[in-house]
Amino acid sequence: MKKACAMTAETAVQLRNVTLSYGEFVAVNNVSLSIGRGEFVTLLGPSGCGKTTILRSIAGLVQPTGGEIEVAGRRIDNIPIHKRNIGLVFQNYALFPHKSVFDNIAFGLKYRNVEKSVIAQKVKRALDMVRLPGVEKKLPSEMSGGQQQRIALARAIVIEPDVLLLDEPLSALDANLREEMRTELKTIQREVGITTIFVTHDQEEALAMSDRVVVMNKGVIEQQGSPEDVYRRPETRFVATFLGQSNLLPGRIASVGNGLATVSLDNGQQIEAAAPSAAKAGMAVTGVVRAQKVVVGKTGPIQGKIISVSYLGGTAAYFIDAAGIRLQSISTIEERIWREGEAVAISIAPADCQLLDETGHRLQ
Amino acid sequence: MSSADRRRPWLLLAPALVTLVVLMILPIGIMTVFSFYQFETAGVEKEVFTTENWREFFTDGFYHMFLWKTARVAAITAILCALLGYPPAYFIAMTGYKHKWLLLLLLIVPFWISFTIRTFSWIHILGEQGVINVLLMKAGIISEPLRMLYTEGAVIMGMIHFLLPYMILNVYVSIEGIDRNLISAARTLGCTAGQAFYEVVLPLSLPGLMAGLLLCFVLAAGSYVTPEILGSTRDALFGNIIFDTIMGQLNWPLGSTLSLVLLVMLGVIAAIYSRYMGLSRVFKGLGA
Ligand SMILES: Nc1ncnc2c1ncn2[C@@H]1O[C@H](COP(=O)(O)OP(=O)(O)O)[C@@H](O)[C@H]1O
Ligand SMILES: [Mg+2]
Repeated sequence: MKKACAMTAETAVQLRNVTLSYGEFVAVNNVSLSIGRGEFVTLLGPSGCGKTTILRSIAGLVQPTGGEIEVAGRRIDNIPIHKRNIGLVFQNYALFPHKSVFDNIAFGLKYRNVEKSVIAQKVKRALDMVRLPGVEKKLPSEMSGGQQQRIALARAIVIEPDVLLLDEPLSALDANLREEMRTELKTIQREVGITTIFVTHDQEEALAMSDRVVVMNKGVIEQQGSPEDVYRRPETRFVATFLGQSNLLPGRIASVGNGLATVSLDNGQQIEAAAPSAAKAGMAVTGVVRAQKVVVGKTGPIQGKIISVSYLGGTAAYFIDAAGIRLQSISTIEERIWREGEAVAISIAPADCQLLDETGHRLQ
Repeated sequence: MSSADRRRPWLLLAPALVTLVVLMILPIGIMTVFSFYQFETAGVEKEVFTTENWREFFTDGFYHMFLWKTARVAAITAILCALLGYPPAYFIAMTGYKHKWLLLLLLIVPFWISFTIRTFSWIHILGEQGVINVLLMKAGIISEPLRMLYTEGAVIMGMIHFLLPYMILNVYVSIEGIDRNLISAARTLGCTAGQAFYEVVLPLSLPGLMAGLLLCFVLAAGSYVTPEILGSTRDALFGNIIFDTIMGQLNWPLGSTLSLVLLVMLGVIAAIYSRYMGLSRVFKGLGA
């Protein structure tokens, strides 16, 4: 797999071949990743793919079975947790329930031997930053989920860590608050300029917030790149199906010419795709087409019938049966919405069809 | 709310209430009545109203001395239980060992043997012909057997023996309930493992520790079998005085009076303790 993103001038976090097994089970498998200073990187993947485990190895809460981790130019995988200077925000906030908001935020400063008067200033500034001034004396239990989340963020940032680790920090909030916090979190991160690794299984969150998205599955990195990059040019079958809605069309390359590959699908129909240089006639491939790129109309090369329609306002989602192949389309409604059972014609622009090889990787 | 709805809580409470009334409130009421009867001679009392029994308790220093001694011995026992019980409770809660239930089971195993038999077993360990003395003499470290049995120390040891599981279970439950992420959070913020224990685990397990202390104190202060078996007459606790008054002298009116005294004392201590050592108090007290 090619490195999708060039390294920024200064590397803040570097993972080299990090592996972590729980007994027989390999939770993180040979992961290498480098994160530039001030960058906002998201680890995106389904639940159980090893995202939390990676964060916990950086923080030192679990010990990798192999590989090296460097933070701020210093090898840290062999130094104790409390000497690492890493800010970690937990999914359930993990605020100390028996300590006031002030003592929660001051906690890390106290253990860094910061002077009392300086601590008071810094706590105040941190509370201003998360827009909760004046709540110093409250107990965490007296605050709402969103407020607790901000306190947890303030507690992690106030120690000026080398890297901020956020483990699904928004998943416990309700939908409205989540969107609001998303924007706010991003704003704070930019203001402070802190290097951030954000973990989520929510693709929308990942695409909206990140400078770079690292898509993971089963303990390995599938692809990394800018949000647009991973969304528009999925490198693997997993990324193609995990992000957005895609049609997977298995077939074989019939011919290659003029920069186009003609693919015979398993049902005998043919589609055209932009041909990568590796495309050769006779290859078994899978065409990947986003639902948004499947155009439903009166004329087109593929004939089909509408199986189901969901009206979404400006767009409609169709399921179409094209001689045995099921296609999903999300189309803007031009003249009228297509009805169930209607015969339609489908066209797919060659540039919107990407080819995966037999191993599920994009043909280069 | 319909009347049936209103009745339901009472119906659900009824068995417990009936049991409490028949087994607790009623006997206490009868004892209160007895405490105002007049003692004639062993086993005989006259049903006339007198405050003689109460006067005897309030004026005789003998009873005050034993009441104080009971509180002191019970407090020492409870504190020693806390010191001895906290580490194993912590270990059981924190261990990564898969079969935790086995460890908890081990804790309950002693309950399978009669409490009296367990207490008697100390005689063979601490006695003049007991294991310790025999071994020490064989080894030539001592020439005379040490006096360990029939001392206050033996009584306290016997009570610790039967109270320790209560302490461990109480503390275990509260440590088990602590979110492990709190410890992780403290560690990433700069605490060593020991500091994280002091900042997070200890304060958050205090409610369990406090409950265990109270339970051990009350059970120790009310015990009479252990001092009877492992103590000399000087090591008697208030329970033994009551036992002696009722079963030895057959003085039921005074026995009732003394029983009520112990009941009230333990009740008041428990009430004050809960009031000032309540959850919120403990949390705030250690929040600094
Ligand atoms: N302490 C553990 N012992 C055994 N397996 C674990 C442990 N912690 C996590 N795992 C397993 O490792 C995998 C990755 O876990 P995690 O990193 O928490 O996933 P994610 O955060 O991506 O949902 C999961 O399949 C999980 O069951
Ligand atoms: Mg996770």
